Amino acid sequence: MPSDEGKLDTFPKLLLEHARVRGARPAIREKDLGIWQTWTWEQVHDEALAIAAGLAEAGLAPGAHIAVIGANRPRLYATLIAAQVLGAIPVPFYEDAPAQEMVYVFRDAAIAFAVVEDQEQADKLLEILPECPMLARIWYDDPRGLRNYREPRLAPYSALRGAGAAHLAAHPGALEQRIASASGEDTAIMLYTSGTTGHPKGVVLTHANLIASSRAYAELEGLGDHEEVLAYLPMAWIGQNVFSYAQWMVVGFRINCVESAQTILTDMREIGPTYYFAPPRVLEALLTEVTIRMEDASWVKRRLFQHFMALARRVGARLLDGQPVGALDRMRYALGNVLVYAPLRNTLGMSRIRVAYTAGEAIGPDLFVFYRALGINLKQLYGSTETSVMVCVQPDGAVRPDTVGPPMKGVEVRVLESGEIVLRCPGLFREYYKNPQATAEAKDAEGWFHTGDAGFFDASGQLRIIDRAKDVGKLSDGTLFAPKYLENKLKFFPYIKEAVAFGDGRDAATAMINIDMQAVGDWAERRGIAYSGYTDLASKPQVFELVRDCVERVNADLAADAKLSTSQVRRFVILHKELDADDGELTRTRKVRRGYIAGKYAGIVEALYSGAASCTVEAQVRFEDGRVGSVRAELPVHAARAFAPEAGRAAA
Amino acid sequence: MSFDEARLAVAARTLGEPILALEGVSLAFGGVKALSDVSFDVREHEIRAIIGPNGAGKSSLLNVINGVYRPHAGRITFRGETHHHMEPRRAAERGIARTFQSLALFKGMSVLENILAGRNLLMKSSLFLQALRVGPALAEEIAHRQRVEEIIDFLEIQHVRKTPVGRLPYGLQKRVDLGRALAAEPRVLLLDEPMAGMNVEEKQDMSRFILDVNDEFGTTIVLIEHDMGVVMDLSDRVVVLDYGRKIADGTPDEVRASQAVIDAYLGVKH
Repeated sequence: MPSDEGKLDTFPKLLLEHARVRGARPAIREKDLGIWQTWTWEQVHDEALAIAAGLAEAGLAPGAHIAVIGANRPRLYATLIAAQVLGAIPVPFYEDAPAQEMVYVFRDAAIAFAVVEDQEQADKLLEILPECPMLARIWYDDPRGLRNYREPRLAPYSALRGAGAAHLAAHPGALEQRIASASGEDTAIMLYTSGTTGHPKGVVLTHANLIASSRAYAELEGLGDHEEVLAYLPMAWIGQNVFSYAQWMVVGFRINCVESAQTILTDMREIGPTYYFAPPRVLEALLTEVTIRMEDASWVKRRLFQHFMALARRVGARLLDGQPVGALDRMRYALGNVLVYAPLRNTLGMSRIRVAYTAGEAIGPDLFVFYRALGINLKQLYGSTETSVMVCVQPDGAVRPDTVGPPMKGVEVRVLESGEIVLRCPGLFREYYKNPQATAEAKDAEGWFHTGDAGFFDASGQLRIIDRAKDVGKLSDGTLFAPKYLENKLKFFPYIKEAVAFGDGRDAATAMINIDMQAVGDWAERRGIAYSGYTDLASKPQVFELVRDCVERVNADLAADAKLSTSQVRRFVILHKELDADDGELTRTRKVRRGYIAGKYAGIVEALYSGAASCTVEAQVRFEDGRVGSVRAELPVHAARAFAPEAGRAAA
Repeated sequence: MSFDEARLAVAARTLGEPILALEGVSLAFGGVKALSDVSFDVREHEIRAIIGPNGAGKSSLLNVINGVYRPHAGRITFRGETHHHMEPRRAAERGIARTFQSLALFKGMSVLENILAGRNLLMKSSLFLQALRVGPALAEEIAHRQRVEEIIDFLEIQHVRKTPVGRLPYGLQKRVDLGRALAAEPRVLLLDEPMAGMNVEEKQDMSRFILDVNDEFGTTIVLIEHDMGVVMDLSDRVVVLDYGRKIADGTPDEVRASQAVIDAYLGVKH
């Protein structure tokens, strides 16, 4: 880590420092044409300055916003830094966002310049040009397919770089002066929150916010400049921004850009990251893949896997936590390591991981324990875009599946009477862009940020999150109802992909369920159940039985919980279509929009409570090519068994 | 810019001189006349479609162009040289590559190896040196590998680079077939029903690749296709065959309006 921290209070200053101290060392790699191509810190520095000069020449003013749209690509990273060199504010977008969703942000932030990855993104911006007249220039990295476009506002990235190089030659030292005059309190980046309700809000984060957060993690985990990190998550997500950009800049390690979204597994094996960050859904997809491949493996391998995984679940996590384990079990675990765990870690590309984090949503205990049992130091943390992901993290030796750890150094956390968590931390955002009302609602006069999450501290001082505060409601008998908690418990089963729970103000809890096409499809295949697609599979009686079993196991589990035993799911439906962000049912980060779904499928909710045996639904669906069609289905409503709470109350 | 506008932009590029011309080509198998007196030309950089009902002689025509069949009458002019018939090897060396209606890939070999096989004719060093991977053979292999990787990147099949072709879904195999043809760096690419058996999304992808090949590499493309929507969207000019005869030739709009074409497709009262 750079020695003189007082001076290095912005990302461009950090870049200059890295170029000076470790200029010839690799900073960023990108797999291109099947080979990992390396950019050194010096090259990143030269690239960023040239682009900054090009943008300055094109008229990018300090404080103006510039859109960056695409996958993780070195040139887009260079653009992020370049904008910050000029004191301009980069606004990354989710690359899979449809054009119409981009319009709001372009207008809200008055974005005039955009740097995009390829034709796909350029096409989207050209489509929204009539609605965003202030959008003046678009530069694209990959020229493929764009050669014959006759749009004067469109130009290749190479032209931007060329103009920049000329500008640099004419004005030597000008950019360095700008970098030196910047302060840590300047805005570094603006990220739009996905917005479960209403329009997205632009979260304004300063250099000081992100640097403070990154340093806290680096010190806690002892990160050094030899770490390898895989850059594969959307740049518009705060997690990716902190772990692959801010920490990269602060610590000076290496980031590795994957070749394409489909090659992540291969690329991860090749790189062998030492420091890894993944939201639960990625870890879950990996586990599902392992499970499916094991089921197809030979009998010997399957038995070996089952035997040693049972052992690992019992002692693996305890070994990782440094708790006492018998000598015999240690020897057996060592044998398992040679035969199963080490090869499996290698297959997952996790052989070299020192520390791995997961965050973004709740993680299933089975999933969490699986990785820890293999000897991978996976930990949970808690944070949000507004806090630069810096609130709580689990320390080594005290890792548990149902908590997110104690507050980090410098972070104050309180739980209000209502159950809502409020906090103060150095990473706390400055404001919501052009939205003082929302800012005032989120951040009170004393600087406490209202997270909107409900939770409590457990006996060991670790924070436990149960739901969004506004979603926590009450059943008609007055007992606590936490829909997200129920949904997560359901989703922890591999067969259930999404669940939406209802119950606030009602006499009982009910749920809509999406099955996991891959897991249930495979399950059906092995039982010789023929199906044509999602809707068909979801309506098979055998699948109902499968899901009912999952729901009843959740109910049995809930019965043991003193606070939530009345929230057992009494009735449920299996939805006829998968919930999709393109239909507005999920946010871009794949969180269910419960209110929207309750409105859209009011008929189903009605049937869940009326006691009807089935209901008819007709829903509009948006296909991937943008066309709109409708699906009609008859959905049976199912009842599930509830269990007597362990306190001894009568069950329904 | 919408897809249509992009297409217009592509159409606005300048077409060159005729690179390939057939004059009075006739072909018969015993008593069956597959082609009778067919003449048409293909201009450099254009996308030229050959359409017609089943058995109209479309595939035979491609086979005449790349020398698999010898026509018993007529002349073929390719890049300024006129012959009575083409030889398959000469056609390949002079820059004609093709893909096949029924795939002809090496099923047990990886995607990478299949595409590398397409560069066979461009490999100059001796078999002996190649086997030992020494000296110039090594440098050459690196250059070929680079080119193959560019094609893999272009066709967006990085994720299956090392997968045996036999394990791939049909749509991807079609893409590999196209990749192998491209590996020969052809001047003229013959595509025999590149979209047969594909779903809508796969067809859209393939259309995009064909346009991009034409645009990026300037490759002249001759394609046979049954999907009329695809043909009308993609091609600059269309030849229509029926029972081995040419019944129409012109831009998609002209062909669509031609009475002979309508009769051939919809049938006519006798």
